[in-house]
Amino acid sequence: MRMRTLLIGLLALAVGTALLLPAAAQDRTVFIPLLVYRTGPYAPSGIPLASGFVDYFTLVNERGGINGIKIVWEECETQYDTKQGVECYERLKGRSPLVVNPYSTGITYQLIPKAPVDKIVIHSMGYGMTAAADGRWFPWVFNFPTTYWSQASAVIRYIGQQEGGLDKLRGKKIVHIYHNSPYGREANPTLETLARQHGYELTLLAVDHPGQEQKSTWLQVRRINPDWVYISGWGVMNQVAVKEAAAINFRMERLIGNWWTGSEADVIPAGEAAKGYTSTTFHGAGTSYKVIQDILTTLYDKGKGSFERSRVGEVLYNRGVVNAMYNVEALRTAMGKFGNKPLTGEQARWGFENLNLTEKRLEELGMKGFTHPVKITCEDHEGSGPVLIQQWDGKKWNVISKDWIPPIREVVRPALEAAAEQEGKKLGYTRRDCAKES
Amino acid sequence: MIYREAGYFKTTYAADQAVFPILQDRIFVAALLVLAFLLPPLAFSEYWLQAVLIPFLVYALAALGLNILTGYAGQLSLGTGGFMAVGAYSAFKISTAFPDLNILLVFPLAGLAAAGVGLLFGIPSLRIKGFYLAVATLAAQFFLIWLFNKVPWFVNYAPSGTISAPPRTVFGVMVTGPEATAAARYVVALGLVVVFGWVAKNLVRGRVGRAWMAIRDRDIAAEIIGVRPLRTKLLAFGISSFYCGMAGAGLVFLYLGSAETLAFDINVSFLVLFMVIIGGLGSVLGSFLGAGFIILIPIFLTNVPHWLGLPMSVALQKQLELMIFGALILFFLIVEPHGLARLWQITKEKLRRWPFPY
Repeated sequence: MRMRTLLIGLLALAVGTALLLPAAAQDRTVFIPLLVYRTGPYAPSGIPLASGFVDYFTLVNERGGINGIKIVWEECETQYDTKQGVECYERLKGRSPLVVNPYSTGITYQLIPKAPVDKIVIHSMGYGMTAAADGRWFPWVFNFPTTYWSQASAVIRYIGQQEGGLDKLRGKKIVHIYHNSPYGREANPTLETLARQHGYELTLLAVDHPGQEQKSTWLQVRRINPDWVYISGWGVMNQVAVKEAAAINFRMERLIGNWWTGSEADVIPAGEAAKGYTSTTFHGAGTSYKVIQDILTTLYDKGKGSFERSRVGEVLYNRGVVNAMYNVEALRTAMGKFGNKPLTGEQARWGFENLNLTEKRLEELGMKGFTHPVKITCEDHEGSGPVLIQQWDGKKWNVISKDWIPPIREVVRPALEAAAEQEGKKLGYTRRDCAKES
Repeated sequence: MIYREAGYFKTTYAADQAVFPILQDRIFVAALLVLAFLLPPLAFSEYWLQAVLIPFLVYALAALGLNILTGYAGQLSLGTGGFMAVGAYSAFKISTAFPDLNILLVFPLAGLAAAGVGLLFGIPSLRIKGFYLAVATLAAQFFLIWLFNKVPWFVNYAPSGTISAPPRTVFGVMVTGPEATAAARYVVALGLVVVFGWVAKNLVRGRVGRAWMAIRDRDIAAEIIGVRPLRTKLLAFGISSFYCGMAGAGLVFLYLGSAETLAFDINVSFLVLFMVIIGGLGSVLGSFLGAGFIILIPIFLTNVPHWLGLPMSVALQKQLELMIFGALILFFLIVEPHGLARLWQITKEKLRRWPFPY
């Protein structure tokens, strides 16, 4: 009996409180939900990302908000799990968020069909569905500053540079080791197309989730003896790959990770052996940039920081900062047109679509050299998509590519548009005419 | 005194064989059904439908399927996720290949596809038993997921490698796809669960169910009294996979909207197995109670700090949630090892004697 009363009590409480969901009205603020993973197997990556986000928002609010409008955010724990992510989204949707950063390819795929229905912008920064970069098919989804396909082509361009020109790639052996999931497979079609064009031998090796066991993969790598290895990994797979590469004495500077395969957590476990390992990125690492210094002096000196001070400047922390900056600047762009007031979803979308981050604006934000200018248009939700190459020197990540490496756009963009058409039609969309957009 | 089983005189065999022979039960279930069909679509917020009730229904269907196999027929299976994936991917293939086909037919068809695969992986069950069978079904789980990951035909060569629910209507109402309202999807899910829950209830109390239980309790004895082990076990595998397949189709078409193979990984198999164990092995009601427990309690715990307005970091919240949830599982298993369904049975017995317990 006791048990039954307890159960009934719980049930009654649950139903009763359902009717008291928080009201949406918020004055003079913009609401941005943060889907984070501070617990679970991916927490080592999730914590710095989320902290970067929160710190940048706090910094903006300390300076008076976006044109006087304060940012309000609420974190929701997803554990990188799609089901929990959807639950978070549904819960926070009631508070009329302007933009959602899903921070998981799986969750992004869930939210893409919902975005136009709920009128909430999705900004999947450098992850999610590559095809969504075609804004004519996916008006509500943005994945600037770059996509997996652009990244893969830029990596091939970088390898070409190192070999002394793209024409020197003929006959070279390149291996792509990828997480066996839609995310990991993203780069494959681009690498295959470029292999046909430039004549390198491409071998694709899949590693099954979660990637703790890679002995056979690296045995194959040793047999193939490739000139370059490109890795698309995530979580524990990364550090295992770096360790295994070290175990077969693979030359670290010829091992290139994508931007989710190049953070402190991935190289530190491999110790000295990881020295020389390279990865792509689209922003600087470290604390030397003005914006990071501002965060340190404005927040951490006053005890308002959300992270361990010594870890500010980590790759993934800085990625959170960049992402938060994109959100803020897009909303600022929208306010430039619609006035300094809380925005609607449609207005926020306009802001993202007309975002133009110039070199000058970046300098004002203290981000000179930290990241590159981005211009978004109705057709192009990706921007120009260049990447940097960074290298681990045993203590910190340093950018080693002299300049931003542009993607091979004439290959990537047509493939992307074809994929966008296919994915868009699958969802029953029609292509929008960008000439009619204002 | 509140709950009385005495005093109902049955004059026909049909009345004696009814699913709910007691008038009180019939009234209660009828009222519950009316309430379930009417109240949530009209009164509940989208959050409650989309994040709480729809997953509950979908997982209840999966738990029902596994309960048939593990609870009634006694065959331990860890392949639930794989069979759900078969249902989901075949539903996607069927509905994209035949866009005019009524979506309500797609669910049973997807179930049939899963049943076929289930039969295939059920064949070893004649020779392997207990934990060894669990390992064999585990192979099914890994093989099926690998297959859907590997062969692009299953996702219609989509570059993203995911399947998504195409927009389909029933009587002019959009029930799948991004435009479908949560209320419409909820009603479809509830309809599926009610119809096939009723079918399952009748299956397990009939000849087939008795044969399953005979096999479960002592297979050699069952064989001696004339139950054919191969046919009975395969039937259990087939019907169980049919339910899991429909649940998988529901997971993608009614709940998530789109999914990759990760949505059906080994964790799903464990989750459904836990539902069955906590709810009660060998009980239809237990499948629902178990699904409710596993799906609803974490969501409830997540929301408690919000409702109370407690300022708490999300990491702490999640860790507390996991701890309390784990403690609750232990608590219920210690208090009632036969599952929540047994608790309900005890409650009924107590109600019978109320207010004069002894």
